[in-house]
Amino acid sequence: MTWRARLTQIGVALAPIGLTLVMTMFILLLAGADPFEAYGNILSGAFESPKKIADIAVAMVPLLLCSAGMLVTFAAGLWNIGVEGQMIAGALMTTWLVESLTAPAGVILPLSVVAGLIGGALWGLLVGLIRTYGGVNEIFAGLGMNFVASALTNYLIFGPWRPPDGATMSGTDPFPPSAWMPLLGTTRASLVSILLSVIALVGVWLVLRGTYWGLKLRAIGRNIRAAQRLGVSTHRNMILAFIVCGALAGLAGSLQTTAVYRRLIPQISGGYGYLSQLVVLLSGLRAEWVPLVVFFFSAVQVGSPRLELRMQLDSSMGGILQAGIVLFFLLVRGFRERWRAPERPKEE
Amino acid sequence: MNPLIIETAKSVIASSAPLVFAGIGEMFTERAGVVNLSLDGSILLSAMAAFAIAFLSGSLILGFLGGMLVGMLIALLVAYGAIALKQDQVAIGFVLTLLCADLSSFIGKPFVRKPGPSVPHWPIPGLVNIPVIGRILFDQDVLVYASYAVILVAWVWLFYTQAGLRLRSVGERPEAAFARGIAVNRVRYLYTALGGALVGLAGGGYSLSVKLGWSHRHTAGIGWIALAIVIFGGWHPFRVAFGAYLFGVLKSVGSLLQPGFPNIPTQVFQAAPFALMLLALLLVSGDREGLARRLPKPLRAIVQALLAGRPPAGLGKRFEQG
Repeated sequence: MTWRARLTQIGVALAPIGLTLVMTMFILLLAGADPFEAYGNILSGAFESPKKIADIAVAMVPLLLCSAGMLVTFAAGLWNIGVEGQMIAGALMTTWLVESLTAPAGVILPLSVVAGLIGGALWGLLVGLIRTYGGVNEIFAGLGMNFVASALTNYLIFGPWRPPDGATMSGTDPFPPSAWMPLLGTTRASLVSILLSVIALVGVWLVLRGTYWGLKLRAIGRNIRAAQRLGVSTHRNMILAFIVCGALAGLAGSLQTTAVYRRLIPQISGGYGYLSQLVVLLSGLRAEWVPLVVFFFSAVQVGSPRLELRMQLDSSMGGILQAGIVLFFLLVRGFRERWRAPERPKEE
Repeated sequence: MNPLIIETAKSVIASSAPLVFAGIGEMFTERAGVVNLSLDGSILLSAMAAFAIAFLSGSLILGFLGGMLVGMLIALLVAYGAIALKQDQVAIGFVLTLLCADLSSFIGKPFVRKPGPSVPHWPIPGLVNIPVIGRILFDQDVLVYASYAVILVAWVWLFYTQAGLRLRSVGERPEAAFARGIAVNRVRYLYTALGGALVGLAGGGYSLSVKLGWSHRHTAGIGWIALAIVIFGGWHPFRVAFGAYLFGVLKSVGSLLQPGFPNIPTQVFQAAPFALMLLALLLVSGDREGLARRLPKPLRAIVQALLAGRPPAGLGKRFEQG
């Protein structure tokens, strides 16, 4: 590779970051705020203490799990926007288990993980069925099921699982200590959660790269008709992809209840399902890049509430940074392809 | 006629006007073969922009123009990313949905719950005196009358003009259209921009008339409903409008029923439209023939006509021009 090509490559990688900074700088100035003070606050809010860094790890867990799941559906060319609902379903199943079973931690915690997997898988199955046999585009199938899941959560919190002294938006009563995932020291991070999310991502990476099923999914994603002609059962494999993705998202939801909130709250999915769509897009659908992107997104997530505390700005600046960088990543990629297309017809 | 029914019908017509704009706008975009998935964010950002501009300038017209401009620019970004840069339009649309929603929260913060201007009520003299119909249809504001016009113009434009024929051919068979000398991608840009402007008008319609003012995630969810209504409406202006009004009816029925079920939290009622949207899509996308066969004969034709419709054949597909 020549120096020039290498420089171009670095430029292309940095351009989305630069463009996002320019855009947000402009918006911050418009809001009458000092951009550098804002960025500084986000950085210090994310990294100033070991506790904050542990918080980044806490935010990384659901993003890693959901992104891992979504790599599976994306491989099959499916937009699983229903990850949010699948997270919720996992959280609901886990809460149901905790509410109905009294057992020592050694029993209930492993079961809670299984419950989360099952809950999410069921919700994924539903989206898959609506997509394949109902003929409804998976974006609307997933979205509809997200709203149903969140309505169900509210119903349960204000109905059957209402705390004795009245239901509020802060959720159910806390779980009994036997259903608390152990945490690392005085932080909010759980080693079990971190390990599970790493295993999930590595597992998905291996399955997509090295198994026959992964190959079949990619065949469906590339050209569904051709895959069908070659004898791949497209409906079955698509549904299976939704189930796997749903199970991983459900696990994320389950861990949000047992390791983070230790109860069921109305917004248990916290937008992580939508955010992980951005993660996967920014990773270029490649598992290798997911950890880095997830780390960046989580740092922004942990750091941006400080804008509200210190500068009276809305913390949605965090979301603008995250979505902005993905938008510019897509646009810059398009520019590069357009720019170099004529000179290099078929290489690589 | 029962005055309660008249009042309800009147408010359904009024509150559905923005959804009519957004649905018809997206219908135009999709008829040209482009999916602008960003609607939920576009409506939020244009609603915020329309309110902020009208609030600061004191001019409703400037507010609406600003909202339309915002909607149009977002739509053009989708079209540019999809057509010129050859990126996945669903991806760009989805990213813009999230980005615009956050932008509306951030930039709109100073305008939250500020009292602002609103579109004045303006009954049409003469027409308003027609019994029943007059009260329902012509005792409204200019925005609502504009929504009637948009439905009619869209229908005439699409099926009875040269331009409409060209638009449909671009969406159905871009190669054939190109062979006939139509600049396919230019038509796509044009109608994506037009659709975006209508989506922006919908945003202004919320913040300046139907749901006055601005608040965090003021119109969240509406954009997805509008996208679903285009599918439900089979890409036909009348049926898209019917979908918008049906949604309005269901929503007002929900809010009328709600006091009867004090044990069910309001959030459940708020989510009901989305569940119904999913059911409606299942109805139009699923096994229509099987459904029709199970119905009594007289109903069959009506249901089939109501559920007919398929997406333009070139929807979401890239067209390489020469």
